[in-house]
Amino acid sequence: MAVVETRKLTKIFQRGEVGAVNDVDLVTRDGEFLVFLGPSGSGKSTLLRMIAGLEEPTAGDVLIGGQVVTHLPPRARGIAMVFQSYALYPHLTVEKNIGFPLKAHGVPRPRRAERVAWAAGLLGIGHLLHRRPRELSGGERQRVALARAIVREPTVFLLDEPLSNLDAKLRASAREELILFHRRVKTTTIYVTHDQVEAMAMGDRIVVLDRGLVRQVGTPGEVYDEPADTFVATFLGSPPMNLLEDGDLVVGFRPESLVPAGGGRTVPMKFRVSTVEYLGSERILHGFVVGGRFEGRRVVSRLTAATSGSFAPDGVHEFAVPVASLKFFDRGTGARTAPREVDWR
Amino acid sequence: MSEGAARARRRHLLPPGTGLGIAMLAPAVLYILALVGLPLALAFAYSLSDVKVGSEHAHFVGLDNFRSVLQSPTFRRAIGNSFIFTISTQVIVLVCGNALALALRDRFRGRGIVRFFILLPWVAPISLGAIGWKWILDSIYSVVNWVLARMHLVNLYDPPMYLGEPALAMTSVILVHAWRMIPFSTVILLAGLTSIPRDIPEAAAMDGAGFWRTHFEITLPMMRPIINVAVLFGVVFTFTDMVVVYILTRGGPYDTTQVLPSLAFLTGVLGSDLSEGAAISVFLVPILVVVAALMLRVAHRAEVT
Repeated sequence: MAVVETRKLTKIFQRGEVGAVNDVDLVTRDGEFLVFLGPSGSGKSTLLRMIAGLEEPTAGDVLIGGQVVTHLPPRARGIAMVFQSYALYPHLTVEKNIGFPLKAHGVPRPRRAERVAWAAGLLGIGHLLHRRPRELSGGERQRVALARAIVREPTVFLLDEPLSNLDAKLRASAREELILFHRRVKTTTIYVTHDQVEAMAMGDRIVVLDRGLVRQVGTPGEVYDEPADTFVATFLGSPPMNLLEDGDLVVGFRPESLVPAGGGRTVPMKFRVSTVEYLGSERILHGFVVGGRFEGRRVVSRLTAATSGSFAPDGVHEFAVPVASLKFFDRGTGARTAPREVDWR
Repeated sequence: MSEGAARARRRHLLPPGTGLGIAMLAPAVLYILALVGLPLALAFAYSLSDVKVGSEHAHFVGLDNFRSVLQSPTFRRAIGNSFIFTISTQVIVLVCGNALALALRDRFRGRGIVRFFILLPWVAPISLGAIGWKWILDSIYSVVNWVLARMHLVNLYDPPMYLGEPALAMTSVILVHAWRMIPFSTVILLAGLTSIPRDIPEAAAMDGAGFWRTHFEITLPMMRPIINVAVLFGVVFTFTDMVVVYILTRGGPYDTTQVLPSLAFLTGVLGSDLSEGAAISVFLVPILVVVAALMLRVAHRAEVT
């Protein structure tokens, strides 16, 4: 087990361009499942590759277990990585694929066979040992890649979008398996994804990245309920948070907070529904604010199946947002600001 | 039968568009028949006859030519030399081609120019290149000896005769032919190398493999199909080639660099003994048939996978 730390880690690909990764300071916790989440081009993969040693940072340092490893080659870092494509060696059998890291580290043959059997057993691929990668399904390949990563018991795991090549159904079960697997081996894991559902479901903590900058680090609950800025607020959640702008003020609230008016401390809001998406377990209502300070702004409401009432398109309904659910942002920087009294009329 | 019915019947026998297909294929078929098929058939026919340059009649002599060829020490030496020449050249070409392909895979300043210079020996006419080498290795005017003499490594008044001493001559011929073949092999190997996804060597690096292990256990095995192609082409080009030998040494000294194609040419054309020259060149056939069969198998496997 080890802690990964980055200090002012920066990568600039071309002189004069904005860095792909800018001044990233991060510290993982021991045994944690940390997720790098961001849209494509946010620098999450570059950050991971710098930690792996596959990419030389322009500035800053990477520390693993307290040791500066910035200029060490990947093999001296005690880490293992699963690639998006799995990068299995096509000419080697599953057994030799899994055993390759041991061979490269000079583990004697009998011990190697033992470790390969252990890793294959852990991932339930013992019966595939004599096949070649091209004879395996996507899910089986992913397990082989995982087995190859754990076989020499690395101190840190790096996973680069390992589920993105699986179909939707397989992805859900693979997600669960990965969580259980991490619980069993308790190795510090860094997981890169652009899929917020994956990040929320799997991460102990999530690092939200955008254009090479860390926007927020926090538990799934924190980044969802207390977003640090408008980027995090809109990147997480589907549909994203409603943001109402007026002057230098931006007020945000989640679609599920906009519900038919009831009791409690709420802000009343007249809501003209334009379209209704019926999704079985929930309904998504798209529409506009009617009257008041935010007249005509687009907002979205998300109602669980437990919410009764019919909301026909073009009808105007009395909705409300609990005051506690309101988030305030600075219009210029997008950063969170303290709550304040707002005149809604 | 009316003309219409005949046409209808013809149409029935041949699927539509066949006439056009035949017309399009005909030039290639004629070309192969005239320039490959006919000379090959002639060579077989000559090898069984007593035809000489200028003879008006030829007689069938059975396997006499083969018998006399097999008894000739020069021929036996040429067969051995052909194998030494081909195998040594291919080994050198593969090692150098691999090293160059690895060097040219990564981006660096001036890569385009380096690639251009590496390709030059292949693009330039081989006869010109070989004549250049003949001067470079000349016994009196050798620039190599001149440089070595300035470095006090050889005695200018008793220099090594690169083309005049048996071992040196063979080495020279092999090196010059390798020089000529390396660009071709480099280009093929470079294509094989760049077709390997970047993830794979990166995964090997993460798994703890260094440069040599990655190269010999991951990259080279993945390139094997394309290496096979490079080797088979190289073998054909080398085994049947006589330009370098002919220009540099004419097979000398004392036939120590004589290979099958140059011996066939010297015997059959320059020595006027067409039938014996043909018999010598017929010995190339079984070897080339094996190589061609291997080539087709490799090509087929590349298609399947």
